[in-house]
Amino acid sequence: MIEIKSLSKEFPDKKVLHGIDCRFFDGKTNLIIGQSGSGKTVLMNCLVGLLEPTEGHILYDGRNFVTMNKKERTLLRREMGMLFQGSALFDSLSVLENVMFPLDMFSPLSYKDRKKRAQECLDRVNLIDAQLKYPAELSGGMQKRAAIARAISMQPKYLFCDEPNSGLDPKTSLVIDKLIHEITVENNMTTIINTHDMNSVMGIGENILYIYQGHKEWQGTSSEILSSNNQRLNDFIFASDFSKQLRKSFEEHEEHLP
Amino acid sequence: MGRTFQRPERMRMFFKKYYSEIYQLGINSIGIVLLISFFIGAVICIQIKINVQSAWMPLWVSGFTTREILLLEFSSSIMCLILAGKVGSNIASELGTMRVTQQIDALEIMGVNSASYLILPKIAALVTMIPFLVTFSVSAGMVGAYATAYLGHIITPADLTAGMQHDFTQWYFWMGVIKSVFFAFIIASVSSFYGYFVKGGSIEVGKASTNAVVSSSVLILFSDIFLTQILS
Ligand SMILES: Nc1ncnc2c1ncn2[C@@H]1O[C@H](COP(=O)(O)OP(=O)(O)O)[C@@H](O)[C@H]1O
Ligand SMILES: [Mg+2]
Repeated sequence: MIEIKSLSKEFPDKKVLHGIDCRFFDGKTNLIIGQSGSGKTVLMNCLVGLLEPTEGHILYDGRNFVTMNKKERTLLRREMGMLFQGSALFDSLSVLENVMFPLDMFSPLSYKDRKKRAQECLDRVNLIDAQLKYPAELSGGMQKRAAIARAISMQPKYLFCDEPNSGLDPKTSLVIDKLIHEITVENNMTTIINTHDMNSVMGIGENILYIYQGHKEWQGTSSEILSSNNQRLNDFIFASDFSKQLRKSFEEHEEHLP
Repeated sequence: MGRTFQRPERMRMFFKKYYSEIYQLGINSIGIVLLISFFIGAVICIQIKINVQSAWMPLWVSGFTTREILLLEFSSSIMCLILAGKVGSNIASELGTMRVTQQIDALEIMGVNSASYLILPKIAALVTMIPFLVTFSVSAGMVGAYATAYLGHIITPADLTAGMQHDFTQWYFWMGVIKSVFFAFIIASVSSFYGYFVKGGSIEVGKASTNAVVSSSVLILFSDIFLTQILS
């Protein structure tokens, strides 16, 4: 479990996060949702240590990441996997070498076993046929899957995904969502996903944190989200006219029920 | 920047990267070094023979001057200025692109010391390769000079050989090598610095690449003055 306590982040010109308290659970896909610019990426970068929070604490199963020294952090980071918005595959390495990279760096296994482990991961994301290709030769969805394989090769306890669906078509997005969810359950990982994709919210939103202009506005599950009375949340979820009409007819329908 | 010089996490990964940098920064530069040195060596020889040498000077002057220019200044300093353009922009744009596409962040998340993993092999590779490049440059320059003798018939091979062998000071060669090692360090570290700390997108990567070349060239020119005074 990852617990954040009154986390704030201030840049010289602007305060982006305002005292956020939240818990993210094991074996679940935890979603952070919010408009573009609401501070999702900044929050995630604070969680993984790419940015230093101005205030607050981040507890990884009780271990406080904020007060750790560099060495302890490096060790904790080996329990983390991260999926970046642009995949961030190493473009000088083939797909297989990309997935093997964390193992080459840190695992005591022999070359044969490292390769076997990497191929297992590629097999898991259905990319075994493309193992010898280079990232530039892959489609967006394949790059994402390769990045997932790399992120899970060290069997992380915590998985972070920054907008895993950005730039993908709806169908590929579903595949990626489903994959992340299955892997999370299989390995009992604590997965945190930044997204503004409503399909993901309804599909894999087991624990949803809604951020509005850097404030925690609402937290709940995907089944609670539709019936929530939070005005800002509703404005975000039912942003399009079509979905507003849908909700209206849904409410009218409920009124007519006995 | 202190993190760059920490001990690599895995020596195996360091050497893998080191060999690939030797290839990319060193071996791939041999062609341009040979080409430029050959022609500059030829041109220096022609210029001295036709425009400087006159009847009252000994016949070995052209060969002698060509050799000394190559050894003392061209094959170390000017060669490194040229390499600053080729290698420096290569390093800065590679690291800058890795930064803006979050590949460096990805390394950090894995718990890899990205500065040490990416920069140290580049510095080590260029510093190891530069003495060879200097040697190649001097040789190619002399071959160029002989080409003017055998093919251009501008100077007789005998006069040229006499000049090349006249009053040879071995220290001059080592001075060039020592200077170039400093310059190689400047090129690799300054360019890495500009590339590694890029913020933004492709425009900033382009700027970083330009800044890397300009800054390392200026630093090479200044340090050349001091190094030459110290070593002479
Ligand atoms: N390094 C930074 N310096 C200053 N402001 C930043 C920095 N990074 C992000 N911001 C600001 O923080 C806000 C939230 O950004 P971000 O977390 O990227 O939003 P999103 O929810 O779309 O991921 C934006 O207004 C952005 O301008
Ligand atoms: Mg974002």
